[in-house]
Amino acid sequence: MDIQQTSDTHIEISDVTLAYGDFLIQQNLNFSIRRGEVFVVMGGSGCGKTTVLRSIIGLKSPSKGKILIDGQSFWDAGEDQRNELKRSMGVLFQQGALWSSMTLAENIGLALQMYTDITAKDIREICSLKLALVGLAGFEDFYPNEISGGMRKRAGLARAMALDPDILCFDEPSAGLDPLSSKLLDDLILELRDSLGTTVIIVTHELASIFAIADNSVFLDPDTKTQLAIGNPKMLRDECDNFAVRNFLARGEARE
Amino acid sequence: MPVPKQPQSSKAPKVTQRTADENLVLTFTGDWLLAGDQAGGHNLDAILAEAHGKQRIVYESNELGSWDTGLITVLAGIQHFADSQQIDNDLTGLPEGAQGLLKLAFAVKEREGARRQITQPRLTETVGTAAIDMLTSGQELVEFMGELTLSFQRLIRRKATFQTSQVWLAIQEAGVEALPIVGLITFLIGMIFAFVGVMQLNNFGAGIYTADLVAVAMVREMAPIMTAILMAGRTGAAYAAQLGTMKVNEEIDALSTLGINTIDFLVLPRVIALTLMMPFLTMYASVMGILGGLVVAVSMLDVTVLQYVVQTDAAIGMNTLFGGLFKAIVYGALVALAGTQQGMACGDSAMAVGQATTKAVVMGIVLIVVSASILTVIYINLGI
Repeated sequence: MDIQQTSDTHIEISDVTLAYGDFLIQQNLNFSIRRGEVFVVMGGSGCGKTTVLRSIIGLKSPSKGKILIDGQSFWDAGEDQRNELKRSMGVLFQQGALWSSMTLAENIGLALQMYTDITAKDIREICSLKLALVGLAGFEDFYPNEISGGMRKRAGLARAMALDPDILCFDEPSAGLDPLSSKLLDDLILELRDSLGTTVIIVTHELASIFAIADNSVFLDPDTKTQLAIGNPKMLRDECDNFAVRNFLARGEARE
Repeated sequence: MPVPKQPQSSKAPKVTQRTADENLVLTFTGDWLLAGDQAGGHNLDAILAEAHGKQRIVYESNELGSWDTGLITVLAGIQHFADSQQIDNDLTGLPEGAQGLLKLAFAVKEREGARRQITQPRLTETVGTAAIDMLTSGQELVEFMGELTLSFQRLIRRKATFQTSQVWLAIQEAGVEALPIVGLITFLIGMIFAFVGVMQLNNFGAGIYTADLVAVAMVREMAPIMTAILMAGRTGAAYAAQLGTMKVNEEIDALSTLGINTIDFLVLPRVIALTLMMPFLTMYASVMGILGGLVVAVSMLDVTVLQYVVQTDAAIGMNTLFGGLFKAIVYGALVALAGTQQGMACGDSAMAVGQATTKAVVMGIVLIVVSASILTVIYINLGI
């Protein structure tokens, strides 16, 4: 497989603590994501995986620490700069989060219409292309409630790719998908990374996906509320010092 | 839900005890079913009292009939008791399925601190919490007004990001589509006013002044306030529900990850639309109210249509007209504010959307009535 992976750091999470009021989610998080790698944030239910992702995509400010994107501190940046950084990221939400009052083409075209000078006709063509990329050719004028959950997710991915982002973020991409659709989505993610060199961040606990696509990962623990391990998931499964991590990756069948 | 049929030969559930060496032997007989006789476990406390000082509890279930959760809950109670008294609970005499379910129920220990302490709050506490809640929601409203002001500033500097098509859509929803209901209600209110007027004024031969009564009441007070209340129930609620659902579906998050200001994009078009449409709706409502009055007056009094119209025309001055329209603008802005603020502050569940919608309507109506009082005082002092 041709992985266009370089060693330079794209995103750095430095000493980050996340909390809702007094309720601690995760603390002392330290990891970095290299450009062009598929990075998985994993851990049991309720460990704060999604919150970590929300802090990276700019929806939840950390109560301590810094998040550096291309060396620039996201939460210390001014509003305009922050919006600029946000636009370098595409996000696929758990249920797709398509704007229900707009057609699929309008969903994908909104960002282009807002931030580029491309004409309406060209935007329409770009939308068709992006939809075709995710296997939804011909669905331009459908509304989100007229298509299935799996299709909504793929359309969400097409929308996330609208501005050709440097970073693609996925919140539980395989949740609610059958094994085949889930596999197709994984393949699509790898294809995008290989052809465009996009950095991919995935929040998931789906082991099949994790082993199939992750280059690197961080394991979050709901009890100690901190990270337990960083590394390639296959290596973590076989060699990690921490039993909880090995056990998670071996589906509860690890030996002490 | 259909109640499961009782087996034909249903036998009453019963548990008996005897002591053997250091063991307490519990014998379960009959059918232990949720839908059946619940008397089986009633004497359990007395039976378990005999377990004190024993080493273990053992079971016999040879004559046990059918069973379901009805049996398991009783057994779980015994298990809790045995755990607390540190008595061995030997399940081997029970049917295999029951053993499995019990093991499953006790396999994962209760997480420390997982159980909620439910306490009945005292009256003072409830009143205090409600007061604090009201204060916070007031603060949130003011904060939201601040954000909206900044958004308007961006609009003037042409830096606000929103789609003009959304404004037109909102104008259609808050304008044309509201015409039938607003027309109907204000027409009827005009008729009611005219009835009252005709009955009272005609007593001393001043029946024609019904036209003045209806005209002034509608144009100055009733048309703005009734339209605003209708719009609070119709459009304010719709705003809260739309934005609340968008929040639940993460659609608002999806907008902000694109670097789009959600106040500009979602709130601004709606506030502009409703504030802009309210004066037009109010004018229309006034006309409908006056028409309602006209119908009643002409049919009940010896008054012609022309007389009624001339009398109405003389009754409405510029002050009355613009006083009413200004009120309409204020009410419209407040209704839109309440609806959008509640929608944006909505929680992330279906129930929260319902609450946001209710709050939007209540807050809208409260704001209308409060501002109506304030405006009336101001108008009186200004001599309008």
